Amino acid sequence: MKRGFIILSVITACLLAYAGYQALVVAPTERTMGDVQRIFYYHVPSAWTAFLLFFINFVASVQFLASAKPSRQAVAKWIVIAIAIIGVIAAFLPAVQEQLKSTGMRPSALATTVLMLPVFYFLIGKWFPGQRLDMLAVTAAEVGVVFCTVVLVTGPIWARPVWGIWWATGDIRLTSTLVLWLIYVSYLVLRRFSNSAQTQMLAAALAVFGALDVPLVYFSIWFFRTQHPQPVIGGGGSIDPRMLHILLINWVSFLCFAFLVCWARFRLELLRRQVEDEYAMESLGEAASTGARASLPLKRNAS
Amino acid sequence: MNEASSSLLSVTFATLKKDIRLEWRSKDALNSMLFFSLLVVVIFSFSFDPLAEESRLIVGGLVWVAFLFAAVVALNQTWARELRNQVLDAYRVSPAPANALFLAKVLGNFIFVIVLEALMTPLFVIFYNLHVLGPAWQLIPLALLGTWALVVNGTFFAAMSLRTRNRELMLPLLLFPISIPAVLGMVAGTTAVLTGDNPAHFYIVLLLTYDVVFTTACLGLFETILHAE
Repeated sequence: MKRGFIILSVITACLLAYAGYQALVVAPTERTMGDVQRIFYYHVPSAWTAFLLFFINFVASVQFLASAKPSRQAVAKWIVIAIAIIGVIAAFLPAVQEQLKSTGMRPSALATTVLMLPVFYFLIGKWFPGQRLDMLAVTAAEVGVVFCTVVLVTGPIWARPVWGIWWATGDIRLTSTLVLWLIYVSYLVLRRFSNSAQTQMLAAALAVFGALDVPLVYFSIWFFRTQHPQPVIGGGGSIDPRMLHILLINWVSFLCFAFLVCWARFRLELLRRQVEDEYAMESLGEAASTGARASLPLKRNAS
Repeated sequence: MNEASSSLLSVTFATLKKDIRLEWRSKDALNSMLFFSLLVVVIFSFSFDPLAEESRLIVGGLVWVAFLFAAVVALNQTWARELRNQVLDAYRVSPAPANALFLAKVLGNFIFVIVLEALMTPLFVIFYNLHVLGPAWQLIPLALLGTWALVVNGTFFAAMSLRTRNRELMLPLLLFPISIPAVLGMVAGTTAVLTGDNPAHFYIVLLLTYDVVFTTACLGLFETILHAE
């Protein structure tokens, strides 16, 4: 375990250095935006990583809520399977394909994305039983907030020279990312301020509320015209294949980095809870032994 | 009507009746909400002092910010009241359905906030010289759906923040991020009706969707929150 961590750290450091070199030196300069565009190699991978982590948090929270009751677990399982089946079938319906054409997404891409949901759900449920689900949720939320912060900071730095404004209020992607960030910050605040055994249940419920909220935010701003550049991957936009290559290298290295941080954080949480449990057991044992001593004179009095 | 739903209804109405009677006798929540939103109106009118045309553009935001803050005042009291004499614990061990308690609390808060809005709206009209240009009747569904959106999530999160260390502070921190789409719908819808520039139907549909989604989520998860140990 320890050796694996060190090996992965070295690999991640090499990858990040190589990706940084590729992004800053090798990548072709964009024609209209110039060097500012290079922030794209950090902005987009951070965004993808953050969304992936928030998604993991959501899945782990649903699993955690479901694991409280066997009946609920069965219902959740069938709902997830039903969503996957309906999603895959819907992706190949002519009506949906018409809609997809305008966004430039391929039906197979949509079907794969929908299929990811049950795969994630069952794998996470299998690998992280019981309390570990909650630890995974808190790890993913914390690291996700960090990556989301990177997105929200690099965005305006890029936007200022290109759009001429730091922040476009009412833009769909900006606002939904900001709201997502706010929701997860409130999630972390909730976890910080409630240290009881109920925290895990409350936090999992809040995560589900947050996940329900994000599509509504997206929908609510949907009919304002959006200023954010359309997604270049699968969005019908064109991108230099070299740029795409470097972007993907950056994403892989960011994913490795996120995985590394999550690993460390998860391990910390695991150890922290073990220590807490041992403390609790110790004080219970102490209380039992002092209680036994205290009861001795009482017994004498009684006799 | 089967037995389960009739017990749900009877428990809901018994709790609701108790809450309304308590509020009628003490008038704690309503008085503090009223005074609070009055202060917001006065302070905003000092700090902006707008013309009639300008006020049409900003008043939608002001109204809902005032009601949002005032609703938090009432929502904070709604569960704290049940903590005295361990009423909530007694409720937890009783066989009554948890959702009945939740529905009663939501309906109670809904009534209080609607009463507050009915009393405060004339004041807003006076202070900001309002004259509605769009179809004014659309303000009624906007107000009802918007208030329900605030109150249903607010009651849920108030029950949640009951378990945290600083519960009075926790409620707005949890409620506001989740309420952003609802607040956006209320504010933009009210502004659309006041200025008469564009139709407010989209916002009514948005609020309705929000209400349906979150009412379902609250009813599905409230039992877990109430019994979380």
